[in-house]
Amino acid sequence: MKLMKSLLLASAIAGVFGSASAEDQFVPVLSYRVGPYAAGGSGFFGGVIDYFNLVNAKGGLNGVKISWEECETEYNASRGVECYERLKKSQGGASLVEPLSTGIAYGILDRVAEDKIPMTTLGYGRSDAANGKVFPYVFPLITSYWNQAAAMVKYLGDKAGGMDKLKGKKIVHLYHDSAFGKEPIPVLDALAKQHGFELVKIPVAHPGNEQQSQWLQIRQANPDFVILWGWGVMNAVAIKTAQRNGYPREKMLGVWWAGSEEDAVPAGDAAKGYTSMTFNTPGNYPVLDDIRTKVYAAGKGNLSDKTRIGSVYHMRGVTAGILWTEAMLKAQEKFGKGKVMTSEQIRWGFENLNIDEARQKALGALNMFPPVKTSCEDHEGSGAVKVQQWTGTAWKAITPNWITGDKALTRAMLEESSNKYAAEKKITPVCLK
Amino acid sequence: MFYREAGQFKTSYQADNQIFPIRQDRIGMALLLLAAFIGVPSLASDYAFSAIFIPFLIFSLAALGLNILTGYAGQLSLGSAAFMAVGAFASYNFVLRIPGIPILLAFVLGGVSAAMVGIAFGLPSLRIRGFYLAAATLATQFFVVWCLTKIQWFTNYSASGVITAQEITIHGFAFTTPLKKYLLTLVIVCVMAILAKNMVRSNVGRSWMAVRDMDVAAEVIGFRLMRTKLLAFAVSSFYCGIAGALYAYAYLGTVEPEAYNLDLSFRILFMIIIGGVGSILGSFLGSAFIVLLPVVLNLVAHGLSLPTNVASNLELMVFGALIIFFLIVEPHGLARLWQIAKEKLRLWPFPH
Repeated sequence: MKLMKSLLLASAIAGVFGSASAEDQFVPVLSYRVGPYAAGGSGFFGGVIDYFNLVNAKGGLNGVKISWEECETEYNASRGVECYERLKKSQGGASLVEPLSTGIAYGILDRVAEDKIPMTTLGYGRSDAANGKVFPYVFPLITSYWNQAAAMVKYLGDKAGGMDKLKGKKIVHLYHDSAFGKEPIPVLDALAKQHGFELVKIPVAHPGNEQQSQWLQIRQANPDFVILWGWGVMNAVAIKTAQRNGYPREKMLGVWWAGSEEDAVPAGDAAKGYTSMTFNTPGNYPVLDDIRTKVYAAGKGNLSDKTRIGSVYHMRGVTAGILWTEAMLKAQEKFGKGKVMTSEQIRWGFENLNIDEARQKALGALNMFPPVKTSCEDHEGSGAVKVQQWTGTAWKAITPNWITGDKALTRAMLEESSNKYAAEKKITPVCLK
Repeated sequence: MFYREAGQFKTSYQADNQIFPIRQDRIGMALLLLAAFIGVPSLASDYAFSAIFIPFLIFSLAALGLNILTGYAGQLSLGSAAFMAVGAFASYNFVLRIPGIPILLAFVLGGVSAAMVGIAFGLPSLRIRGFYLAAATLATQFFVVWCLTKIQWFTNYSASGVITAQEITIHGFAFTTPLKKYLLTLVIVCVMAILAKNMVRSNVGRSWMAVRDMDVAAEVIGFRLMRTKLLAFAVSSFYCGIAGALYAYAYLGTVEPEAYNLDLSFRILFMIIIGGVGSILGSFLGSAFIVLLPVVLNLVAHGLSLPTNVASNLELMVFGALIIFFLIVEPHGLARLWQIAKEKLRLWPFPH
């Protein structure tokens, strides 16, 4: 009897913890659905899971189903490390990892290289990780902070009527006073020198819910543009304070962390006309319709509020899902179709991604994100972004084409920075096979 | 019955003054150490080392540091994470800029740097007390993190403001695997815990407690307030500094200044409140509560196959409820609960 009981218990535990078979491609989902960043986390990871469900509903990747397990990180570095360590070996091993948190990404940066698990950092993290010779397992896919800053200046130059027109202009860099806000400063400084505009740097202390003195300073400086490199509550406050001080929101350009519904809606009317960077073109796509009809109609949708399908964070999640599954498919092309790929094979897939417009169209995501082509030297794969404007109810792209900034400049900087890291860690930069 | 100490006679001062005067305690401690040094390493997995035991030990050390300051010397502080940051970034710079420096020496120097910062920010304690002092120590928290992001020299001009801890090598032996890092952390924590235990039993500790209980009276009977309070700040910051260095070197590897934010200071404060203010054991119990319980709850909540957002919220609610429960049952913390249990065991089964 006792034996029966313990057997039953064991099988129940196994049923709970290991429902997926080892034949699946396992992805640990290090999500955060509680805490101050829950709005972004639930949207992003909801998008990822929705896309996984869609892939599985369509029969998987050449027959290989995707399985995943979620772990709550609360955006906290030590919780994230615990989740990573817990899930990295379960169900046949983790294919890849994406924490969507700078702190956690740094906490596992050394560990992913040791465990040979690729980590993607979509739109955050170390910009210099784009150098695959030094960071073979880190993929800051689509675009890094530095390329974004360069693209911002390019866009502002176009807006002013040509890069030469930037001379003598004044641009305020209003930033979150942390490593995150300071990251673009070297790029902006170099570009200011090159194009002859004046860069006024104004820091905002975390969390940034009081910015009257900063905006007073901006009013006195009377800049032509304001770059808002903000995060969390700081964004809505900046937009509202700009309105109070009579600064036109059309001249404000936010970083993409300042460009979601969660940033614009709390600012209310003030946000109308505000612009920000994005690596997704807002709108509707066949892939989102697929998610609605095949996933949500079947009751498998991850978001509790259906209207959030296609919101900025959700779309970023779907984009991440597409990039990951494309890397898995690419790996299958080389290492055997219809097989479960190891994390090292997927790393190869990430390094040889080539998602052009034809492929995007086949996926039902034409123009949803810029075409991505990676290599060992370039783990970023694109560097292109768009500018979107808040109409009062939704984001709308205002640049028809993808914008890239001065990539030669950022390339030189990331080479220098990553080589310094390599020297510090005594790594010999080399391309992995 | 189990704790009957009848028949255990102390025949020398030395025997009377030992840390664990009761034989059962000594046996228990020996077994615990045996388990930590031999049992755990031979049984646990890499996951357990790098995600459970190492952070548990490191946070215990930080809580121990804060407990010296708050629990023994009575100076409330919200700057523990800042002192950890100083320890980590100072150790990093010592290793980086002095070639060939032994890593343990770098840790100690990191701790000393933290101690000096602690003395500087402890100066207001000579004039203000209680909650006002807590507000003043908040300044440490913001100043240190601001300083580390502002002055790029501290991060060796890294563009993203993060540091990558160098490999730990002692006499050519590299501590690379989680097991080795665990053992190193364990040794450091054990040594420092014994030092702390002895410190609080000696005249230094007694002077701290005198100041804690009533500083005017302590001054009247001849304790120099400035020396006592600043010593408490220095020792406490030293402990936090070492914990911070281990947090970077043995645990995370790559850290940004933001990792040592106010949130972490609060967590450490909660550890000593839940574990027991003014108790060495309490630091360990509190750390276990704050570090391990969320992980257990997470496993249970997500094992119930609830929707993930419900599970995540449920986890937080249960955690909060447990904190309130323990504080109502025993406001003096888990260490006090353990003490009461010991008293009961002594009399069991014949309580009077």
